Amino acid sequence: MAIILDHVSYVYEKGTAMEMAALKDINLVIPDGQFIGLIGHTGSGKSTLVQHLNGLMNPTSGHIYYNGEDIGEDGFNKKKLRNDVGLVFQYPEHQLFEIDVFSDVCFGPKNMGLSEKEVQLRAYEALKRVGLEDDYFYQSPFDLSGGQKRRVAIAGVLAMKPEVLILDEPTAGLDPKGRDEILDQIATLRKETGITVILVSHSMEDVAKYVDRIIVMNQGSIMYDDEPRKVFRHYRELEEVGLAAPQVTYIMQAFREKGYLVNTDVITIEEAKNEILRVLK
Amino acid sequence: MGIIEAKKLVFEYIRRDEEGNVEGFTRAVDEVDLDVKQGDFMAILGHNGSGKSTLAKHMNAILYPTEGTIWVEGKDTTNEEYLWDIRQNAGMVFQNPDNQIIGQVVEEDVGFGPENMGVPTKEIWERVEESLKAVGMYKYRKHSPNKLSGGQKQRVSIAGVIAMHPKCIILDEPTAMLDPNGRKEVIRAVRALNQAEGITVILITHYMEEIIHADRAIVMDKGHIAMQGTPKEIFSQVEKLKELRLDVPQVTLLAYELKKSGINLPDGILTCEELMKELKL
Amino acid sequence: MLRDITLGQYYHADSAIHRLDPRVKLVTTLLFIVSLFIINNFIGYIVAGLFLIFLIKLSKVPFRFIVRGMKAIVFLLVLAVVFNLFLTPGETVFSFWKLTITKEGIRLAAFMAIRLIFLIIGSSLMTLTTTPNQLTDGMEKLLSPLNKLHVPVHEISMMMAIALRFIPILLEETDKIMKAQIARGADFESGNLIKKAKSLVPLLVPLFLSAFRRANDLAMAMEARCYRGGENRTKMKPLLYHKQDAIAYGIAWLYVVFCVYFGRIFTL
Repeated sequence: MAIILDHVSYVYEKGTAMEMAALKDINLVIPDGQFIGLIGHTGSGKSTLVQHLNGLMNPTSGHIYYNGEDIGEDGFNKKKLRNDVGLVFQYPEHQLFEIDVFSDVCFGPKNMGLSEKEVQLRAYEALKRVGLEDDYFYQSPFDLSGGQKRRVAIAGVLAMKPEVLILDEPTAGLDPKGRDEILDQIATLRKETGITVILVSHSMEDVAKYVDRIIVMNQGSIMYDDEPRKVFRHYRELEEVGLAAPQVTYIMQAFREKGYLVNTDVITIEEAKNEILRVLK
Repeated sequence: MGIIEAKKLVFEYIRRDEEGNVEGFTRAVDEVDLDVKQGDFMAILGHNGSGKSTLAKHMNAILYPTEGTIWVEGKDTTNEEYLWDIRQNAGMVFQNPDNQIIGQVVEEDVGFGPENMGVPTKEIWERVEESLKAVGMYKYRKHSPNKLSGGQKQRVSIAGVIAMHPKCIILDEPTAMLDPNGRKEVIRAVRALNQAEGITVILITHYMEEIIHADRAIVMDKGHIAMQGTPKEIFSQVEKLKELRLDVPQVTLLAYELKKSGINLPDGILTCEELMKELKL
Repeated sequence: MLRDITLGQYYHADSAIHRLDPRVKLVTTLLFIVSLFIINNFIGYIVAGLFLIFLIKLSKVPFRFIVRGMKAIVFLLVLAVVFNLFLTPGETVFSFWKLTITKEGIRLAAFMAIRLIFLIIGSSLMTLTTTPNQLTDGMEKLLSPLNKLHVPVHEISMMMAIALRFIPILLEETDKIMKAQIARGADFESGNLIKKAKSLVPLLVPLFLSAFRRANDLAMAMEARCYRGGENRTKMKPLLYHKQDAIAYGIAWLYVVFCVYFGRIFTL
């Protein structure tokens, strides 16, 4: 049970003057239940990659396997795949369209052909998961605040009960508190349901403390794929491609340069504090 | 008198229910006093919905106060006679890079403001050239805005404003939709304008690291000013900022935590170098 | 698929055609379109075709780029050809079941195809070589006599310029919303007409909302940059005729004369 990408490449406008390789020979194994951060700057191919995982885009070469089945094969049930691999796009609140919040969240499960009762049950559960109060359920989604709309949109995908949840920049444009709230809810969701979560972001700092694994993309290729603390060791190389390690990494490096033997593999402020206190005392 | 000054500025709007009946009033801006001096770099912080954008729109006579007064260069914005003067002197850059570029070619867009002002053709060309050079976008002058990155688009928008030769430029969350690289580009361009050209800058944002170089910052909450002072003074109050749905850079937070653990450090450390210096390492 | 529409897109190059005054290009395009309907023999279309090739070569726009725009009208083209082919009465060439193809039908279908193709190529060539701003400036200038009749010429041309600028953005947005709804299990393809129409709601509602939001933002941005209609406005690129424009007008009219002669009067 996993997603496997085998030599996947994608070329835009193949055969024309505008030909551009968006993905170059990607090999990846995404086992069940992992929490992954997919990092890269705009145009690194990260959004193209995630659209391959639920079959919205098809590789120009290579194969993608979901639970052992080649999703590019004729007769493969793509609709089922899209239920199993839920994708929340960037600024998902711009896709809301229904009269009230609840109906909008029902859209996904309804398309799956579930019974009316099951649809409503799932919508209710999903809205609870994103922490939306009952009072809002029958309001127009367009009357909500930006952060609330974002949650409704995420609930719309959660209601489909995906096994893999992909979120493309789920915190873009939110204020710091709003960002933390959404990320915390995603972390809780994963802990409680054990589903695979792929968080697409351009900020290492945001995802560092949540994920088990970071995949760094640059120019259509995978640059690093490892545990967060190991990826951050390459902070100089990351900087060269316009990404930065979390600020704590730089602080620990500064201590190192002054000759203090701190452990530079820290991710959270808490860890950094303990390390610094250890060497200063 | 400063370039922008406000006295007990209030902005209220009417909330209506679905039938269009008045439900009540919302005070988006609540008795705000403001005094921005020529050449200042001022930051306005606040969570989503704190009223910071509404306040900004008063500085360019897009919105008019319900109560109180705001003067731009000593001119009351409600006086229609001064409308175009005010709009020319207090230029505005908005959040969404796509929704403020009018021209199909970069240089034509930058020329849009001067055209509206009735500047003679030859001078428009001079202004366009100098403005594009000021933001480092001159070599893209013949490009279509659609092909530029978010950061580049925002720099074009800034050029479009400076071509009007304003005394003051107000940026309403110009980086909210950009990736870290784009954010850096824009902030660098804004700082250069402030330092090299002496243009007054009012930067509205919720990214805390962008205000480090500001002369002054105010934090808005529920329409009124919740905090004000130098960035250092603001960042000294970590707990209060968190209450206001904001956060501080990791290094500030780390220094704060270290201080709580008994290390002798001043409040409001903003950079890694500063931390090292204060620790006397 | 949506990206294939080249109509309304600008292709940057430095060519004689790019440098022409937009008014010349507008008038020439109009003359060219009229000529396509004047011509009623193949020699005439050869003249039109040669003229078009001459213009494309001069414009330095890659042929591939122009042809890409054709994909969008393939359906229309097939429809026009089929209708003309089977529904024109006349001398039967070929008959099959209830369908008959006539000599006149073939001729009409071929004419229709050529006309449509030339028309699209001709007008895309104009939009590819003229920035929408120039285009609307040209239109504004050409139509300015209508100002006397209180037609808001400046406002109309500004609206057109903005519409053109937002077409690619809205197309991209359509693509994105469509994908997002497909990811939520939406089905835009199967079902009968009513079901299909209904399935468009999740696409159209967000699209309209987005268009309104953008319009609102843009109006604010324009006002903030002192936009107040056409009065007292100066131009960064004012339209002035040059020598090359006079030559181009000459060539355009010469072409019309050729067309009328070869397309109407001349017989082998």
